[in-house]
Amino acid sequence: MSNILTLEKGKTLSETLAPVSRMDLIKYSGASGDFNPIHTVDEEAKKTGLPGIIAHGMWTMGNLAKLFTPYYEEGFIKDYRIRFSGMVFIDDVITLVATVTTEEEQEIAFEVKAVNQAGKAVLKGDVTFVKTNG
Amino acid sequence: MYTDVIGKVSGKVKNTVERGLVKRFAQSIGDPHPIFIDEEYGKRSKYGTNIAPPTFPRVFESGTIEELQLPKKGLIHGEQRFHYERPLLVGEDVYVWTEVKDYYEKKGNNGLMGFLSVVKYGEDKDGKLIFKEEAITIITEAVRKAMSV
Repeated sequence: MSNILTLEKGKTLSETLAPVSRMDLIKYSGASGDFNPIHTVDEEAKKTGLPGIIAHGMWTMGNLAKLFTPYYEEGFIKDYRIRFSGMVFIDDVITLVATVTTEEEQEIAFEVKAVNQAGKAVLKGDVTFVKTNG
Repeated sequence: MYTDVIGKVSGKVKNTVERGLVKRFAQSIGDPHPIFIDEEYGKRSKYGTNIAPPTFPRVFESGTIEELQLPKKGLIHGEQRFHYERPLLVGEDVYVWTEVKDYYEKKGNNGLMGFLSVVKYGEDKDGKLIFKEEAITIITEAVRKAMSV
C-alpha cells in the first residue's frame, strides 16, 4: 500500500465509482437522516424543475473522503472544504481525485474534486491532512 | 431578513457516536473500511477504537435556533466545510450546538442571491472543541420572496 507521507507535489489519489444508483441515494438518505425527496422520488424532483432525482451533495462529498481513509494510521483530515458546482444524476459515473498541492513537515494539502463522465467537476475543494506520526 | 439572526446560537445537545450508525453511514458512502466498522481493527489502531468518517457529523442533532426560519423548499447547498482537532471516536459523547455565523447577499444570474452560513460545533464533555462544521446555503431571491408572502 502506498504511503501518504511520501506523496509529493503533483501526485494524485484517484478512484472511479460504480454508476450512481437510486439505492445508493436511498441508503444515504437513511444513514444521514436527510430525507429530502428530491434525492429519492422522481415526481418530487420533477416538481422542482429537475429532470430526475439528484444525489445529495453530501453523498458525493462523503465518498470523496474515502481517498484518505487508508491513511488514518499516519494522520487525519484536519480541514475539508467543498464548493458544490454541479448536480449528480442516476447512472452518472463519478471519478474522485485528490492532488497534492503542498507538502510540509506537519501537513499535506490536496486539491480535491469529483468529476462526472462528461469531465465536469460536480464539486471542488481542498483537504488538509495533518500528520500525527513522527 | 437573515441579518437579524447573525450570532444567534442554539443550546448544546448531547449526541453519542453510535457504532451501528457509523457502520451504516460508512457503508452508505461506499467506505466500509475496518477503521470505521471492525471493532478489533479499531482496538489495534492508534486511536484505540474505531473512528467516524469526516462527514459523519451530518447525523448529529445540533439544537434549534427559533429565530432562524428557513424555507422548506428551494434551498441550495453551496459550500460545506469541516474542521477537526482530532477524529471522532466511536462510542464517545459529543455536545453539539449551532450558531448563525453570517448572512450576506450578492448579485447573481437569478437576482440577489442570499448566502447563509451556519456553523455547528462539536465539543467533548469538558467543552473542548473536536470539530466545527460550516454549511453555506444559497437562498435565491425567488425563494425568499415566496417565503415572505
